[in-house]
This record gives sequence, C-alpha cells and structure tokens, in this order.
Amino acid sequence: MSSNHSKAINPSEVMLPQSHWLSKTPVVALVLGLVALGIALAMSLGSHEKVELLQWSFHTSYLYFLSMALGALFFVLVQFATRAGWSVVVRRFAENYAATLPLFALLFLPMLTGFHSLFHHWTGEEYKADPLIAAKSAYLNVPFFVVRGFIYVLIWSIIGVYYYRNSVRQDETGDKSITVKLQKSSYPSIALFALSISFCAFDWIMSLDPHWYTTMFGVYYFAGSIMVVYALLLLTTLAVRGRTKMSHYVTVEHIHDLGKLLFGFNVFWTYIAFSQYFLIWYGNIPEETLFYAKRSLADYGGAQWLPWSIALMVGHFAVPFLFLMSRHIKRQPLLVGLGATWMLIIHYVDIHWLIRPNWVNELNSFGIIDVLTLVGIGGLFFGVAGLLLKRKSLVPQKDPRLTESMSFENM
Amino acid sequence: MSQKQNLYGVLAEFPTASAIYHACEKVRDKGFKNWDAHTPFPVHGLEKAMGLKPSKVPWIVLVLGLSGASGGMLLQWWINTQAYPLVISGKPLFSWQAFVPVTFELGVLLGAFGAVFGMLFINRLPMWYHSLFRSQRFEKVTDDKFFISIEACDPKFDPTATSKMLTELGATHVELVEQ
Repeated sequence: MSSNHSKAINPSEVMLPQSHWLSKTPVVALVLGLVALGIALAMSLGSHEKVELLQWSFHTSYLYFLSMALGALFFVLVQFATRAGWSVVVRRFAENYAATLPLFALLFLPMLTGFHSLFHHWTGEEYKADPLIAAKSAYLNVPFFVVRGFIYVLIWSIIGVYYYRNSVRQDETGDKSITVKLQKSSYPSIALFALSISFCAFDWIMSLDPHWYTTMFGVYYFAGSIMVVYALLLLTTLAVRGRTKMSHYVTVEHIHDLGKLLFGFNVFWTYIAFSQYFLIWYGNIPEETLFYAKRSLADYGGAQWLPWSIALMVGHFAVPFLFLMSRHIKRQPLLVGLGATWMLIIHYVDIHWLIRPNWVNELNSFGIIDVLTLVGIGGLFFGVAGLLLKRKSLVPQKDPRLTESMSFENM
Repeated sequence: MSQKQNLYGVLAEFPTASAIYHACEKVRDKGFKNWDAHTPFPVHGLEKAMGLKPSKVPWIVLVLGLSGASGGMLLQWWINTQAYPLVISGKPLFSWQAFVPVTFELGVLLGAFGAVFGMLFINRLPMWYHSLFRSQRFEKVTDDKFFISIEACDPKFDPTATSKMLTELGATHVELVEQ
C-alpha cells in the first residue's frame, strides 16, 4: 500500500530553489559553450584542413546532442499519446529538453557551409558521372537538401515549443482540456517526428557515404536517441532530487522505471544495429559492405576504427546489458546513475563511429576540437534546458494525472 | 494432540485491503514462517508487509536462458563444422553472424520456460487439492474478502492463541481448517 500523499501541491516546493547548484549552472554552461565554440573556431581558422576538421567535429557533436533533444521530444509525445500516468513527474524535464529544439534549428545553419567538405562525395562535379550517385540525384541535390533540412528543424521546433508552452500554461490555469488537446495532437506529431528523424538520418549521416544505403538507418538513429533520453532523464532526475523536495515526487519507483526503459531501449538499439549488420553481411553487396569494411578492415582504412567497433559491441551491448539487468542496480540511484553516465558516453562513441570514418584525413581522430565542440554545443543545450528548468515548476503541477504518478509503485 | 495432527491451520477473514495489509505486518513481526495472504486482487506492497524474500525465479531464468543461448550456438557449430560441413554462399563454416538469431531465440525460449515452469515448480503447481477449500467462507477470496492463513506446521502455531491473535488484529471471522 502506498503512503498517502497530500493532494494539494505546494507551488514553492516544486520550484528549483535559488540555493540549488543547478540554478547557477545554466549561465555558466551558456558562457562556457560560447567560449568553447569561439576557441574551436580560432584554432581552426587559417588552415583549410583544420576548418574541415572543425566542420566534421561540429557535425558529430551536433547530431549527438540533437539525438537527445529528439529523444526527449519523442518521450513527451508518447506519454501523451498513451495517456501515461507514471511518467508525469519526470515529463517536465523531457519537455524542457524538447523545447531546446529551436536552438538546434539555429545550429543547423553551419551545416550549410559543408557542401565542399562534409557532403563533397555527392556535391562535387567529379561525382556527376558516378552512376550510383547520378541515380540518386533527384533526391540528393543541394537545393532539395537545404529545403528538407529547414523542414525538419521547423517541425521539431514547432512541436517542441508547442508542448512546452501548453504544459506550463496548465501549471497556471489547471485547465484539464490542455491534456486532452496535447493528447490529440500527439498522434500526427508522432507521424511527423518519425518521418523527419528518419529522413534527417538519411540526409545528415547516411549521405556522408552516398554509395551506401540501408533502409533501417532512420530507425538506427532513432534507437540511439530514444535510448539516450532515458539516461538523460535519469541523470536529470538524480541531479534535481538532491537537496530539493523533489524526492517526494520522483521516487525510487520512477528511477527504477526509467532504468528499465533504458535497459530495454538499449537492447532495442542492439537489435537494430545487429539486424542492419546482419542483412548487409548476408547480402554481401560491395556498396553496402564497404560501410563495415571502412570500420574494421585495415585494407579499407578501418584499422583506426576497429577499436571503436569493438567498443560498441562490448560497451553498447554486453556491459550495459549485464550491468542494468538487475533490479537491485536499477533501484540504487548511484548505480543506475553510473549506468546512465556510461550510456551517454557510449552513445557519443556510436555517433562518432557513424560519422567520422567517412572523412579520410590524418587529422581525423578524437581530439581537442571534439572536446571543444562537445563542450560548446553541450553547453548551449544544457544551458538553455537549465534556464527552462529553473524558470518553471519542476513537475507539471496541475496535470490531472500527477497524483497517480506520485503514488506509482512497481509490483 | 490428535486434533493438532489433523489440523491444516487457521484461516482469518479481513474486510478490506488495508486491514489485511496491517495484519500482515503484525504476523510478520511476530515471526511466523508458514503462512500466507489471499486477496481477490494484487495489493500493492503486500509482499513487503508479509516480509517475503525476493523470488528465485530470475535465477532460474538466468541459468536456463544462458544454457539455451550457449546450447544454440554449440548446436549450430557442431552441425555446420562437424556433422555436416557445407559451404553456404562462400562464407566460412563457422559464421557466427548467421547463428545469432537461433542463439537468441533459444536463449529466449529456455528463459521463458524457466520463468513459467520455474514459477509453477516454486508454487508447487499444479495442485489438485488444497485444505483451505474446505472452508465455505474462503470462496469469497475471489470476490471481496481478504484472508490470512497460518499453517499448523509453523513452530509458533497454537490453535487457540493464534486464533485469538488474529481476532485482535482485526479479523472479522476466524476458523480452524482441517487437513
């Protein structure tokens, strides 16, 4: 039997206290992010190759943090679509992350400078004669690519801001019809999300190697993003719970559930990653197998990436699969937080492994520029999300299912 | 003494979920071992109130799941490299990639068998007869009444003292049930 929670929410209890360390960090993160991007730019200007490195590095970090924001958006949409009760107490965190998507619309613009570096495999004149690329030119051409990119970021920004705005409006009005309205709009939003994340993965990652194609690739990027959002929500929950009244709202039961979903969607990622590999291995068609050859065989320049491939098999599947399996670990905030941190790191390895082997250059290894772009985009992402976090209530305090969420217990 | 030998135990009826929840806490604290609670629907947290240890089923699932997976891989290794070596689409005889689906499926299959049959075994099911079915009132357990049964084989059991204790814990009806 659950203990009796009081039904009335004390509004001051669900705000981030001024004294909490998280209320000071957003501004620091924003400044740090801008400074890091500035330093990265200053270090790269002057040399053509270094500018190219910066472009590749920025692209990697951009798609890394974008996957978190998109995962958060999908999380919010699914909670409304399924009328989920348990997740209400952690939904605001995801709404904050999803509301940072306009930032990613802005950070999309630097990608448009990359047609002679990132995307030169299909934009360059010398590839016009390549029959495989010529056959794709109706889709893979610069004007259509740019238009599609703007459509993706527009869709995400509109949905992300729309859900955030309406949810915080309910904090003030307590209007239950907002929940119904958001539920109804979640269905078309999920369809738009599915299409936009799939095509963004095709355009922004798969086209870096224009010969290679796999129809599963959209799901692959989605699987990583939905996995990583549970790690992100877990860590956010743990960070906020300390020294606030939030531990009354987000209990070990919710942490356990987030851990279960993290475990489950990590297995889903493995399933997708293996299926993609498996079909390509079986079919054995040169333009498909080259993707894996470049990441594992020395003859194809894969010697550098073989350790990354092994790191993914071991670190993205075997280790978290065994570590996160136990119920005791998922109910122990410190241990499940360790697992979530691990997943955040290994997800970067995954994104880096997808993008970077497409650039053949001796400068191409994980280095200081990557650290700077990670701090840069990460600082802006967490800075904006942090400002939203302290601006409004930490939970959707007048959500009709809040009480249900607070008294949620695992069997 | 002959009465005690024939006795299955004592059955106490409670009117509400919260009544049985608090009664379970007391029975647990008094140190009874061979007893059980029966409810028409799952009562959240009752396993904590009863002081039940975590289930052993996950360990059975783990062992059987791992044997299924390794058995599946071993079987395919033996067929493809020992018993009937056959080159398929130019790939090596031991192509572990091709063996993963069967390995996975056998792991899941034996794991699921472990979960279902392990649960049945630990619960001593199927059981064709149970002494508690002697009680007419116990039929209400599938409707709207909650029951605690304490078995006579419990070292702390005493027909009169245990019945009295259950009445004090809020039982609306207490009866002795024969084997």
